[in-house]
Amino acid sequence: MLAKRIIPCLDVDAGRVVKGVNFVGIRDAGDPVEVACRYNDEGADEITILDITASSDDRNTIVDVIEDVASNVFIPLTVGGGIRELNDIKRVLDAGADKVSINTAAVFRPEFVREASIYYGSQCIVVAIDAKRVVTATGSDWEIFTHGGRRSTGIDAVDWAQQMTEFGAGELLVTSMDRDGCREGFDNELNAIISASVAVPVIASGGVGNLDHLADGVIYGRADAVLAASIFHFGEYTIGEAKQHMQTRGIEVNL
Amino acid sequence: MMQKVVIVDVGSGNLFSVKNAIRTASPDVEVVVSRSIDVIQNADKLVLPGQGAMGSWLSGMNENGLMQPLLAATQHIPTLGICLGMQVMMDFSEEDGGIKGLGFFPGSVTRFHLSEPLGIHSMKIPHMGWNRVAQRVDHPLWFKIDDGKRFYFVHSYYVKADLSHQSVGETNYIEKFCSAIARDNLFAVQFHPEKSQQQGLQLLRNFVNWDGTP
Repeated sequence: MLAKRIIPCLDVDAGRVVKGVNFVGIRDAGDPVEVACRYNDEGADEITILDITASSDDRNTIVDVIEDVASNVFIPLTVGGGIRELNDIKRVLDAGADKVSINTAAVFRPEFVREASIYYGSQCIVVAIDAKRVVTATGSDWEIFTHGGRRSTGIDAVDWAQQMTEFGAGELLVTSMDRDGCREGFDNELNAIISASVAVPVIASGGVGNLDHLADGVIYGRADAVLAASIFHFGEYTIGEAKQHMQTRGIEVNL
Repeated sequence: MMQKVVIVDVGSGNLFSVKNAIRTASPDVEVVVSRSIDVIQNADKLVLPGQGAMGSWLSGMNENGLMQPLLAATQHIPTLGICLGMQVMMDFSEEDGGIKGLGFFPGSVTRFHLSEPLGIHSMKIPHMGWNRVAQRVDHPLWFKIDDGKRFYFVHSYYVKADLSHQSVGETNYIEKFCSAIARDNLFAVQFHPEKSQQQGLQLLRNFVNWDGTP
């Protein structure tokens, strides 16, 4: 049987792994190559690198980081952040990434996802969906937000997930902006609805604070893979412990 | 003399990763990515990688004048097909409304279909992630790799081998399919050894050390 995947995520700023903890400040979590190698050795199923570099001067450092990481780890590598045109995709794939994650650019111009998947193949196109719960006349719903959850788009998250799949996304990375950084667990209701609405794999993201949250993401959120950052960065848990725990909860993992 | 492994540059797929993984698995071989006929003909080992659509893979080979040299070279040089590089070796693919393949193995390439309507229990397509490979036939490329070990897959089409003795590895996803196929000097896998941790590196090392006989 296909194993559920655990994907540690590295937020990289100007060549360093960083992670905001509960939205307060940014903690340095080390050198990306060292961190990636540690996760590779611990048995991570994939690694995701998000380039959050703000200054354009440092934008090219991400290519060096990808090359270094890809030369040292032999598991799939996804790179996101600043992917806006086909050339950006080429740049990171040539550096050794296996997949790219497209977020804001897809919201601004959905056709970009179609072009990217035709040109590079759906297997390497991940669409990142940042969703937030909104209150509606009939109850509550999820809407797509951009700019780190600050800007509303009026797009329904489930409709968007389906459209992105039709346009050729090979995988969806769904982040709950309500949960991100809160360590209270994924928004499993959101993930389960999206997972049941599309044929492609769904990665749950945003809100992991303990190992039960990872297992809940698969069992209740129907996720095919779970992504987390801070619980692994600061040595709280190893990837191996996370897999052991998921296995005890009856989930098939790659151990 | 140093052995030369040539990765055929078909313009698709993560060639950097394949090259890098072979170098790591076997530091004492020369690994080159090339589309030069001369280099391909004089290789000690050939790797056929590939991702994406079979039609563009084949037309890429034709446009570069590589088809005939490749057909000749793969008759005797030990060759490893990876992912799409496995699928192109079959007679026929149903991709793009039907395409004729290289015909190295009798059989076809077909698309996964959802096991049931979309819902909470349906299996996703593409088949993406770590799955088990059952070794159906002994082969030098399985050396030091446990039967049933997991490898990394990402694909929506899969191979149906006509001759069961050529299907040297099998995987279960929606249905049982051929995840490794072999005959004579040819060995091809649906998964990505270059992305499959130590077991992937071991398979690449086995390929480098292989003399091309089953």
